[in-house]
Amino acid sequence: MELTLWTYEGPPHVGAMRIASSMKDLHYVLHAPQGDTYADLLFTMIERRGQRPPVTYTTFQARDLGGDTAELVKKNIKEAVERFKPKTLLVGESCTAELIQDQPGALAKGMGLDMPIVNLELPAYSKKENWGASETFYQLTRTLLKEKVSSSEKISALRWKELGRRPKVNILGPSLLGFRCRDDVIEIQRILSEQGIDTNVVAPLGASPDDIERLIDAEINICLYPEIAEASCEWLKRNFGMEYTNTIPIGIKNTIEFISEVHNKLDLPLTNKNKEELENKSKLPWYSKSVDSNYLTGKRVFIFGDGTHAIAAAKIAKEELGFEVVGLGTYSREMARQVRATAKELNVEALITNNYLEVEDAMKKAAPELVLGTQMERHSAKRLGIPCSVISTPMHVQDVPARYSPQMGWEGANVIFDDWVHPLMMGLEEHLIDMFKHDFEFVDGHQSHLGHTATNTKDILNSDEKEENNPKEEIIWTESGRAELTKVPFFVRGKVKTNTEKYAILRGIPKISDETLYDAKAYFS
Amino acid sequence: MSKVEFNKETGPREVFCGLTSIVWLHRRMPDAFFLVVGSRTCAHLIQSAAGVMIFAEPRFGTAILEEKDLAGLADAHEELDRVVNELIARRPEIKTLFLVGSCPSEVIKLDLATVAEKLNKRFLGQVRFVNYSGSGIETTFTQGEDGALKALIPLMESSNEKKLLLVGTLANNVEDRFKKIFKNLGISNIESFPPRQSTELPKIGKNTKVLLTQPYLSDTVRDLKHRGCEIISAPFPLGIEGSTEWFLAAAKAFKINELKVHEIISPLISRAKLALESHKEILKGKRLFLLPESQLEISLARFLHNECEMDLVEVGTPYLNKDLMKEEINLLPDNTKIVEGQHVEKQLDRVRESNPDLVVCGMGLANPLEAEGISTKWSIEMVFSPIHGIDQAADLAGLFSKPLRRNQILTKKTLVTH
Repeated sequence: MELTLWTYEGPPHVGAMRIASSMKDLHYVLHAPQGDTYADLLFTMIERRGQRPPVTYTTFQARDLGGDTAELVKKNIKEAVERFKPKTLLVGESCTAELIQDQPGALAKGMGLDMPIVNLELPAYSKKENWGASETFYQLTRTLLKEKVSSSEKISALRWKELGRRPKVNILGPSLLGFRCRDDVIEIQRILSEQGIDTNVVAPLGASPDDIERLIDAEINICLYPEIAEASCEWLKRNFGMEYTNTIPIGIKNTIEFISEVHNKLDLPLTNKNKEELENKSKLPWYSKSVDSNYLTGKRVFIFGDGTHAIAAAKIAKEELGFEVVGLGTYSREMARQVRATAKELNVEALITNNYLEVEDAMKKAAPELVLGTQMERHSAKRLGIPCSVISTPMHVQDVPARYSPQMGWEGANVIFDDWVHPLMMGLEEHLIDMFKHDFEFVDGHQSHLGHTATNTKDILNSDEKEENNPKEEIIWTESGRAELTKVPFFVRGKVKTNTEKYAILRGIPKISDETLYDAKAYFS
Repeated sequence: MSKVEFNKETGPREVFCGLTSIVWLHRRMPDAFFLVVGSRTCAHLIQSAAGVMIFAEPRFGTAILEEKDLAGLADAHEELDRVVNELIARRPEIKTLFLVGSCPSEVIKLDLATVAEKLNKRFLGQVRFVNYSGSGIETTFTQGEDGALKALIPLMESSNEKKLLLVGTLANNVEDRFKKIFKNLGISNIESFPPRQSTELPKIGKNTKVLLTQPYLSDTVRDLKHRGCEIISAPFPLGIEGSTEWFLAAAKAFKINELKVHEIISPLISRAKLALESHKEILKGKRLFLLPESQLEISLARFLHNECEMDLVEVGTPYLNKDLMKEEINLLPDNTKIVEGQHVEKQLDRVRESNPDLVVCGMGLANPLEAEGISTKWSIEMVFSPIHGIDQAADLAGLFSKPLRRNQILTKKTLVTH
């Protein structure tokens, strides 16, 4: 038993729902009680989907348990098939149904349905969401392609040359509730197309079962999100000889490496003359080199997220922005090995945990100047007063922006530069405000983005008047003291006021003048 | 009883389970912790419904069952013990710990009552343990509160003191308003259940007159009756009509002159009617379809028809206790179609066929219906907003007029300049 106040990943059947909802012409009959329908809102609210997830919940109740829950499963399968007419049916169970062992997949297979049935066995008491998504995508691919295994020859990555056409690749892994998948796919397709490479199938996002059967028309697979697609890529490699890529194109260096990996596998010459030409496709390298970015040097960053995004973030932080990585971790146990390896290279200890309080503690200890994390780390960082940028799932409605906002490729690097550097830049602005606070241009209207406890002059003075009547403290702000206080920039005014009063009490000064203000400033500095 | 059409439906549902009620129960009782004994699904459900991230450390959590807990129940009991110890060490300020059963814990027959009993002995004088089930195989959404309250009744001491007991979670500000009005009526001994502190449970007995604030408390009502309490039969205090009848019923039980009630609440009523006007303008003649979820549907339908002049297409409810809802059903217009239970697909077919102007539904269905051009209101908002009482009638109407008004704004061309 594990005490959990909040979890980074849902149960494995939610992973299966991600695959089902990402695709077309597919339906998922889930043997589950009514409460499990909450998962629909992840898609309709967080992703703002205008369609319900293609899921039928058998909705068994306590009173059904003594009777025939197997009949209930069959009834729901029959109704779902008649109503939705899917080309492929996924059948599985959630945590509770797993305990009553109705074996809905086997029941479905015995019903004489004329469509492929994928029996999903997702152990709810040991596995989690990403594993469930990966397993579902793998089982689906396997079910739809296994008959073609023996008849097919191994697919050579160089086949496109014999066929006299441009090389074709599949982009595997993007799914709903995946971080910025929608836009990453567009970016990667654009990059591949520029290199003379066609996309055969993108899956699961937007694919149908027919598309899965067409996967073998491509030469190689792009494993865009290993958490979801590596198991399928591996199976396709083993059974059809299809090679797949290992580099995740997040950041400039990895995007360039990704492009050369694809080219090497396909034996396709690069269209670009040199590395610079590729680099120039993004603004990140120049923005990072420009003198303005000097202040980024050695900024301490703490990184936590899914395996893929955490590792990519560490590489960008260290090599492309010149930060110092002071913490690295992931909640993806499946990616623990890779994250540990990266952490070792960076001389930090990897944090592998599903407990956000442990992450918050580690963050506190590392004392970073910037946090790159999930929405949960954004909240933790906010409590600690540290700027944060979100780099990874679990998804929040803010992670599905209206604008084009990929993480991968050239534009992804631009997005990352802005998203990570702006919170820090605001910090720099604070510094400048501090430097120039005595300038006459400095007026109350200039507000700090971090918010401030002291509001405007009027409030301060009003509250002073109230305090003048407070017999307990018996501290009076004189005309000169109050005038001096208004000259203090608004964002530190509250603090100056409190400190001055504290000082006055300490020293037994009954009337605060302009001189008291300066005495106090000297005392506390 | 008016000629209301009752129907029952079974099939796949689209509703929350009783665990969801933890979201408002834990806010009502800030000294209580709710520990669900369940699966990762339970944890994920609550955090998805509650927006947990805003809390540094929420006062609810899940003891997630793992493979080894399923192997032997004895070990599971021991494990739960360990988790509870860990929790109490971490949160020493907790006074009451609710052990909340879930679908998996019910199916494996984890005996939370025995666990609670043992823990009560060990932590005597420090923390109280109470158990109930919020499982989706037994409870829907608001029924979780019914279970939690029922579980607290045995801890309530007996007293023959004459009092009015308001039963059902209310927003604090609404509760204060109600108490003030009752005091003006001359009822001075008023308590609420659940109380604002889990340890300050009201005493009950044969002179306790219970006035329900929420319609979903069937089991709680039954147990309060067993303890000798008198249940005041009334509609629920939603809208002007429901609230007026509710105050009148309480006054009658306390032998307070009806005229006095009218004298005190009539200024409130005139004010509320005025406030209601602008919403009524939008809602009048609009066709309403309520999907089942909170059990508030019948009271909402009554309010939206009688006071806002909406037409009722269908009133869904996850569960119907005709006895408890008697007064409400009497106020419904003839031929109102009530459907208990759900077959979500068939119900959505009826939604599409009838093409209503507004559908009240859960969050899983709202955007898909909006995408089909049907305006919606999420039912979950009813349990998080202060909607009870005469003063809140316009706010309640506002929850329904807002989506329609927004649609009007977005579809109309109002500026002529380019």
